[in-house]
Amino acid sequence: MLKTFPKGGIHPPENKLTADRPIVILPVPSQVTVPVSQHIGAPAVPVVEKGAAVKAGQLIAQAKGFVSTNIHSPVSGKVNKIDTVVDTTGYKQTAVVIDAEGDEWVETIDRSAALVKEITLSREQIIERCQQCGLVGMGGATFPTHIKLTVPAGKKCDMLIINGVECEPYLTSDHRLMLEKGAEVLTGVSIIMKALGVENAVIGIEANKPDAISQLTELAKDFKGITVQPLKVKYPQGGEKQLIKACTGREVPSGGLPVDVGVVVQNVGTSFAVYEAVQKNKPLFERVVTVTGKSVKNPGNFMVRVGTPVTALIEAAGGMPDDTGKVVNGGPMMGKALAITDVPVTKGTSGIIMFPADASKRAEVMPCIRCGKCSSACAMGLEPWLISVLGQKAMYEKAEQEKITDCMECGACAYTCPAKRPLLDYIRLGKATVIRMARERVTK
Amino acid sequence: MSSTVLLTIAMLSALGLLAAIILYFVAQKFRVVEDPRIDTVTEALPGANCGGCGYTGCRAFAETLVKSTSFEGLNCPVGGAETMGKVAVILDRQPVAVEPKVAVVRCNGTPDNATRTSYYDGAVSCRVAHSLYGGQTGCQYGCLGCGDCVAACKFDAMYMDPVTQLPVILDEKCVACGACVKACPRSIIELRKRNKKDRKIYVSCVNRDKGGPARKACKVACIGCGKCMKVCPYEAITMENNLAFIDSFKCRLCRKCEPECPTGAILEIGFPVKEAKPAEPADAAVN
Repeated sequence: MLKTFPKGGIHPPENKLTADRPIVILPVPSQVTVPVSQHIGAPAVPVVEKGAAVKAGQLIAQAKGFVSTNIHSPVSGKVNKIDTVVDTTGYKQTAVVIDAEGDEWVETIDRSAALVKEITLSREQIIERCQQCGLVGMGGATFPTHIKLTVPAGKKCDMLIINGVECEPYLTSDHRLMLEKGAEVLTGVSIIMKALGVENAVIGIEANKPDAISQLTELAKDFKGITVQPLKVKYPQGGEKQLIKACTGREVPSGGLPVDVGVVVQNVGTSFAVYEAVQKNKPLFERVVTVTGKSVKNPGNFMVRVGTPVTALIEAAGGMPDDTGKVVNGGPMMGKALAITDVPVTKGTSGIIMFPADASKRAEVMPCIRCGKCSSACAMGLEPWLISVLGQKAMYEKAEQEKITDCMECGACAYTCPAKRPLLDYIRLGKATVIRMARERVTK
Repeated sequence: MSSTVLLTIAMLSALGLLAAIILYFVAQKFRVVEDPRIDTVTEALPGANCGGCGYTGCRAFAETLVKSTSFEGLNCPVGGAETMGKVAVILDRQPVAVEPKVAVVRCNGTPDNATRTSYYDGAVSCRVAHSLYGGQTGCQYGCLGCGDCVAACKFDAMYMDPVTQLPVILDEKCVACGACVKACPRSIIELRKRNKKDRKIYVSCVNRDKGGPARKACKVACIGCGKCMKVCPYEAITMENNLAFIDSFKCRLCRKCEPECPTGAILEIGFPVKEAKPAEPADAAVN
């Protein structure tokens, strides 16, 4: 039976234009720009000097503290400079610019394509390897993986959920990964299960990917404890809390973490990265990115090195269409428009979407008509119209009472609003301020 | 019949009397003694409740004034010396002279000076735009142009210029309450000393990038060359993070720095037009 989460949700047009396009390996670019902050947490500290020769997979920036990750060189060549460049956030950040020469990898990386199923590392070694290899959540939030794999003392985890939902319209990178690297993904899942010490894992996949469901179901027969759960198509099913509710019926308490109900959620892309890190000793320096758009000539899924300029990706997809009005980094619902396209791909870049000008322009904002559509669309059971106004009017105490911090910024409210109010913009603003206030309260 | 009426009147009167007695004692017990001067001072204050003094409103400021022993650090920017003088008479204290200030927008990123590289069509709020990206130009420090400062101004002293896409401050209306300074997510607006005839000399830029990138993003950016600092005879100009800053309280409006600035980031406002320079000496012209 198809399961789903009970509250709210919307059905945006899927537009999965690239679902049948196999992953194409993009040639190594002549120059890469690797930002030192590609994850949630403290930026990494560069450990290479200008002019230093580096190999692909070599550490170029060391994690600073626990909530941070290592950054590795995605190419072999020479460090051109360490400078501040505009990255996908739209702000200038420190980045290591490397001129590529050849494609020589660090010797310890196993470059063969052979599947290694046997897990030889221990629990602690797996987590340590994930930390060393700079793994982050590949779904877009880029939270360091080693922290998620470390179950906090006093908490018990009994289930792993793998997010193969890919509920964002247009994006197909996880879908292709499940089809083409199914066995590797499942091995990755087994590794994460071992790291967490759990017996069961559920892979949640939406019903619009029947080929991925059937293939993983078939492959999962060879893996102990892994089942595939088909899910009804509904946005935002890929939200952690929604996926847990859909797959297990458990509800994560407000302000809590999935581990509070004994669950850890990891993305399909992360599972693949874990496989590569643990079995092949390969740090995270490349990922699958969907480059798509309705007027794009050659949309597709590309395996690219981190630090590749987005312009190179757009070129690979047949160039930017003339009618393009907006280039979005990520999915159309949660992604962010790019101010300039000359920015590097980071560990969290799941897609690059080019929207025609007429489809991307925001409509004129009208007054709220109190229709309540946003409240019915909210998968967290919040009242978006209210918390949005509270954020706009800087009434943060009230916003906190109204659980603004439970918002996961999926954008379903703004999508459904007939008055085209920028609900999410103000909710984000209020949420950020409330979180900061709460943090200040704790430190006082 | 009449006895019922009388009984009712008697009952209600007794009840009323009892309630009055209780209320009297309760009022005696919980009486709040308040300094009557607080009310008088509140009346003397402008009543704008703008928060420019740093307190939540005029009454809160009045309470602080009454409790204080000296006026050091306490000032109503709206009423200025006149109001503070009145308050000083009421409270019998010495007024402290405070330099009047005025808000100044330190960005000159008009569409002509700073080329737009993208267009923002999200919620019309600088705070939102600031949280999303660097801005419509290549400068990630400059004005976002959504007018949060104008919305924050309670004295109608600001408006957005549709041509320059920058806020304009009306000096005669500005009371330097600082609301716009707080509203700006990029700290572009500064409260500076108000000079005679509203004359101003200031660095109209907050770009902390190095010279090259700053200049590339905006024609009139401060490139941090330091020429103005060298020429200043009063040590009013400091350089920090590739950005010159003129301390308005040290500056004596000598006008030596403005001609030095190679990008025109230093603005002189309210001065008479300079006379044409005498012809250069012949030996200098050879070079």
